[in-house]
Amino acid sequence: MTRRSTPGALDYLARAPLRLWLLATAVFLYAPLLTLILFSFNDSRRNIIWRGFTLKYYRLALTDSDLVAALGNSLTIALISTLMSLVLGALTALALWRFRFPGKTALEGALALPIVVPEICMGVAMLVFFSKVVPWPTEAPWPFNLGAIIISHISFSFSFVAVIVRARLQSFDPDLEAAARDLGAGTGRVFTSVLAPHMAPGLIAGALLAFTLSLDDFVITFFTSGPDTTTFPVKVYSMVRFSVSPEVNAASTLLMGLTVAVAAVAVWLGGARATSVALAGEGHGP
Amino acid sequence: MSARPIIALEGVTKRFGPTLAAHEVSLSVDEGEFFALLGPSGCGKTTLLRLLAGFEHPDAGRILIDGQDMSGVPPNKRPVNMVFQSYAVFPHMSVAENVAFGLKVDRVPAPERRRRVEEALALVKLEDLGARRPHQLSGGQKQRVALARALVKRPRVLLLDEPLSALDAKLREAMRGELAQLQRTVGVTFLFVTHDQEEALAMATRCAVMNEGSLEQVAAPRDLYERPASRFVADFIGQVNLFAGRLTRAADGGLSFVSPEISALIRVAAREAVGEGPAWMAVRPEEIDLAIGRAPVGATAGGVRLGGTVARISFLGSHSALEVLVGVRSLRVLRANRAGEGPGVGDEVWLSWRPEAAWILYR
Repeated sequence: MTRRSTPGALDYLARAPLRLWLLATAVFLYAPLLTLILFSFNDSRRNIIWRGFTLKYYRLALTDSDLVAALGNSLTIALISTLMSLVLGALTALALWRFRFPGKTALEGALALPIVVPEICMGVAMLVFFSKVVPWPTEAPWPFNLGAIIISHISFSFSFVAVIVRARLQSFDPDLEAAARDLGAGTGRVFTSVLAPHMAPGLIAGALLAFTLSLDDFVITFFTSGPDTTTFPVKVYSMVRFSVSPEVNAASTLLMGLTVAVAAVAVWLGGARATSVALAGEGHGP
Repeated sequence: MSARPIIALEGVTKRFGPTLAAHEVSLSVDEGEFFALLGPSGCGKTTLLRLLAGFEHPDAGRILIDGQDMSGVPPNKRPVNMVFQSYAVFPHMSVAENVAFGLKVDRVPAPERRRRVEEALALVKLEDLGARRPHQLSGGQKQRVALARALVKRPRVLLLDEPLSALDAKLREAMRGELAQLQRTVGVTFLFVTHDQEEALAMATRCAVMNEGSLEQVAAPRDLYERPASRFVADFIGQVNLFAGRLTRAADGGLSFVSPEISALIRVAAREAVGEGPAWMAVRPEEIDLAIGRAPVGATAGGVRLGGTVARISFLGSHSALEVLVGVRSLRVLRANRAGEGPGVGDEVWLSWRPEAAWILYR
C-alpha cells in the first residue's frame, strides 16, 4: 500500500475538493454572464426556453435608433471624461507628489471622497447642483447637452486616476530626475523623457478604469441625464422595466464585448511595459 | 602661464536645519587630478558634491568651476557631470539611448552623436551592448553606462558619488584600477566621494578628509597616511595607536613625550618645530616591532621599549593583528607572519619602534 505524499503548495489545486470549489466559484461568477450571452442568440421572445440560434435580436438592437443613440452618447461621454480625468488626475497626482503647500492634507482627503461617497449621494448632489446651482442647457446641440453627465463622470473618475498615478509616482527614483538635469535637460525635457515614461503604466491603468467606470455608470448618470441625453445603461434599464427582451440581451452582450476589448487592449499595452518595469526590479505596473 | 584650479570652493557653508553639512569649506582642485573626498557617512561629502553639481546652493561662500562663479547656474548649465551612487540609468531607454541622452538635449547632430556614443561605449568596454535594456545589465555594467553617459558630454569635471559602493568586493577591486586607468585616458578631472579610505588611497592623486562638515586635511594619500594632521585623520585613515599626554623639553634640549597611559618616557624625534604642551602621540600598528621575551634592560637609541603580554591574536594570512597589553593600555600591533614562529596568547613580549615612526598631534 502506498501513501500519497503531502502535496506541495501548488499541488493543492490538484485535490478534488479544491477543484470543485474552484469550479463552483467560476460557475457563480460567470454563469449569469454566459446565460445572458447565450439567450441573446435565442430565437424566442421569451427568455425561458431555447428555440434555436438567431442573430435577429442583434439586428433589432442595432436598428433601434434610441438604443444606438444611447450607445453613442455613452461612448462620447466615456471618451471625453476619460481624457479630461486623465489630465486632471495626472496633474493632481504630480502636485501632491512634488510640492508642499497649505491644505495639502485636506486635498488628499478630498481626493478620496468621490471614491468612498455612496454613488446615490453623488447622484443626488449632481441633480441638485445642475438643476439649482448651475442649470445646464439641455437643449444645447450634441454633444454639449451631455456636459452635465461628462462633468459628473469626471468628478468621480479623476480621483481614481489621481490615486493610481500618485501610487506610481511613489516608486520614482529622484536620482533619475537629477541625472537628466545633470545631463542638460530643462524642466520640460525632464518631464517628457524621464517622468512621463515612468508614469505611463499608471496613466494606462487610470484611463482604463476611468473609461469603464464612465461607460457602465448608472446611478449618477440616471440623476443627471435628461430625456434627450440617455446613456446606454440608463436606456437598458428603461427597456428592462417592461420586459427582459432578447434585444436587451444582445445590446448588453455587445457592451460587454466592447468593455472586454478595451480592457484587453489596455492590459496588452500596459502589460508589455509592466513586464519590462517588473524585470527592472522596480515599481508596479497596472 | 599659471595653472588655474578647475574647482575652487571659497568658504562654502551649507546648513540643513540644525545640521551643518559644510562649514566654511575652502578647497581647490587642479586640472587633471583624481581627487577624493573622504569621510564617514554624514560628514557632508555628498553635500559638497551636490553643491558642485548644482542640486544644492551654498548658504555662504562661492563655488568656481573653471574660473566661472556658479551661483545661480542650474545643474543643466554647469560644465560638470555626475555619476550617481544608484547609477540612475534611465530604465526605459537602451544603453545607447542612455548615453546619447545628454547629446540629444544639446542638439548634437545625429552623425556626430552616433560617433561619440560609440566612442564612449568603447571607452567603458560596452561596445557590444548598445541595444541592451538596463534591466538586462549587471550592476557593474550599469555603472559603465552611467560613466559613458557622463563622459560623452566631455565635462570639465566628472563627479562620482560613491562609485564603487554598490559593487561586490571582487568587482570593486577590479574597478579601482579601471577607473584610475580611465581617468588617465580621458584626462578629465575626476572628483569622487567615498567613505572607504582604502578606495581613496588606492585611486586618488589627492584626498580631502572631511569630518562634520569641515575639511580636516587635504593631502596626497601617502602624506595622509604618514603625516596625518589630526587625531581624526590618523584614526580614519588606517589604524593607529593613540596616546594622550604632554610634550616636555628634556635637559639636553630634546623633546620627550610623557603619557600617563604608558609608564614610559618616550623620546620624540624633532621632525617639526614643536613646543611643550598637551599632545597626542600616534604610532601605526605595522611600525611597532615585537620581540618575544622580557625587555632587555638598558636604553636603546630611540628610547622606546615597552613590556607587555599578548591578549589576543587575529590571524590575517600574511599578517597577524595582535593586541598587546602594556600596563592598562592595549596596543595594536601588526606583524608579518613567518612559517612556524610567532607569539601565542599570554606570552610575554616587548615592543619598540623607531623614533621617526611616531608623530605628535596637537588636535
